Amino acid sequence: MASAEHSIAQSRAKPPARPRRAAALISGGLDSMLAARVMQEQGIEVEGVNFYTGFCVEGHTHAIRKRDRATPKRNNALWVAEQLGIPLHIIDVSSEYKDIVLNPKHGYGQHLNPCLDCKIFMVDRTRVWGLMDDGRFDFIVTGEVVGQRPKSQRADAMPVIATESGADDRLLRPLSAHHLSPTLPEREGWVDRDRLYGFHGRNRKPQMELAARFGLTDYAQPAGGCCFLTNEVYSAKLADLWQARGERDYELDDIVLLKVGRHLRPRPHFKLIIGREEGENRFLRGYAKRFASLHTTSHEGPLTLIDGEADDADLHLAARIVARYSQGRDAERVTVQVSHRDGRVDEYAVRPLSPTEVPRDWTVGARLA
Amino acid sequence: METLDARGLLCPLPVIRTQDRMRDLAAGMTLEVLATDPGVLEDIPAWCRVHGHEVVSSEEDDDVVRVVVRKMHQPGANEEER
Repeated sequence: MASAEHSIAQSRAKPPARPRRAAALISGGLDSMLAARVMQEQGIEVEGVNFYTGFCVEGHTHAIRKRDRATPKRNNALWVAEQLGIPLHIIDVSSEYKDIVLNPKHGYGQHLNPCLDCKIFMVDRTRVWGLMDDGRFDFIVTGEVVGQRPKSQRADAMPVIATESGADDRLLRPLSAHHLSPTLPEREGWVDRDRLYGFHGRNRKPQMELAARFGLTDYAQPAGGCCFLTNEVYSAKLADLWQARGERDYELDDIVLLKVGRHLRPRPHFKLIIGREEGENRFLRGYAKRFASLHTTSHEGPLTLIDGEADDADLHLAARIVARYSQGRDAERVTVQVSHRDGRVDEYAVRPLSPTEVPRDWTVGARLA
Repeated sequence: METLDARGLLCPLPVIRTQDRMRDLAAGMTLEVLATDPGVLEDIPAWCRVHGHEVVSSEEDDDVVRVVVRKMHQPGANEEER
């Protein structure tokens, strides 16, 4: 009997409560860091998820430009993970992200930034990765703050993200929870709603105070967010690429190259990408087999790629432009070597263009800069 | 020792490729990562620290960065790498 009673008692006992687990979207900025930290404070096991879209400001240009090498570089998402003591899973979504950039259901923000579709996509990917595949996580956490961004963080966008991502009430925004309906983790008591926050709008002071309370003093505050698509000049370069090619499409190399060098379009059918310093020249050299390239041989000068098809007259003009950006800019003649993709090499001895012969509107995005 | 050639890739791609290759390694195995982005000298050690793996060596020579990492454990119940 005793063993039977024991068995009944065992079956009635609640299973031991396991720690609840949250997958937190970590951008590398302060808000997502705080959101994850607030969850840790409530005993939630947190792991970070970070998405690589190809448009991430992280690293890229800093890594390329030699003159930036002296300043310490770090991946801010990894830095945040380290500060919080959580694993960080970095997921390459650059291929599938193209559809978000080219066909945003909710349209673009101020530039070519599809912020609302992007957020829905990232929450959905986190849901599939962390909630659906094997149910390793109980809910998803983001650092969204109601009213902080004009499109993706409007109050009426918050439920749209939850619904369209499929995360529904398993999507918790700890920093703005008091402005939103209680989510499953709150209703189930996994987290204490009273210890969540009601941050709102663009004022950063509450976040900075919360960071201070957690003893977090070193965090990134990128002015334009962590995505190049929110950058006006970058978006203009992308729009120029689409216009020149006659189609809205891109490869990963295209969008990386938009971050590098001086982009001049002297004619509609070709563009020059001119290295601005040694680090960029070195980086562009890696593309020299896929593009025709120019470099000055009589003087020190930049490495330049030609994106598009250029005939002899175009190449002559390109050589004069490249000479203008070389050490021979004041010389009578500068020799420029053109290396074609098929291995042919031509040489042009040219007079460098003067500054007044380089119209401002050749510089892609110049009217905006 | 296996080698991952991440030359020509910009961060965080070398880190992502390292993460993906490490998933398939047995605990105790080492992976040599070759890269041209000097950012890996910071990022791969940071990734190793948050995941509990070891950086055996790192060096930069002729614009090529070489980092050797050792997988310290298989994913546990609380850390299931994917």
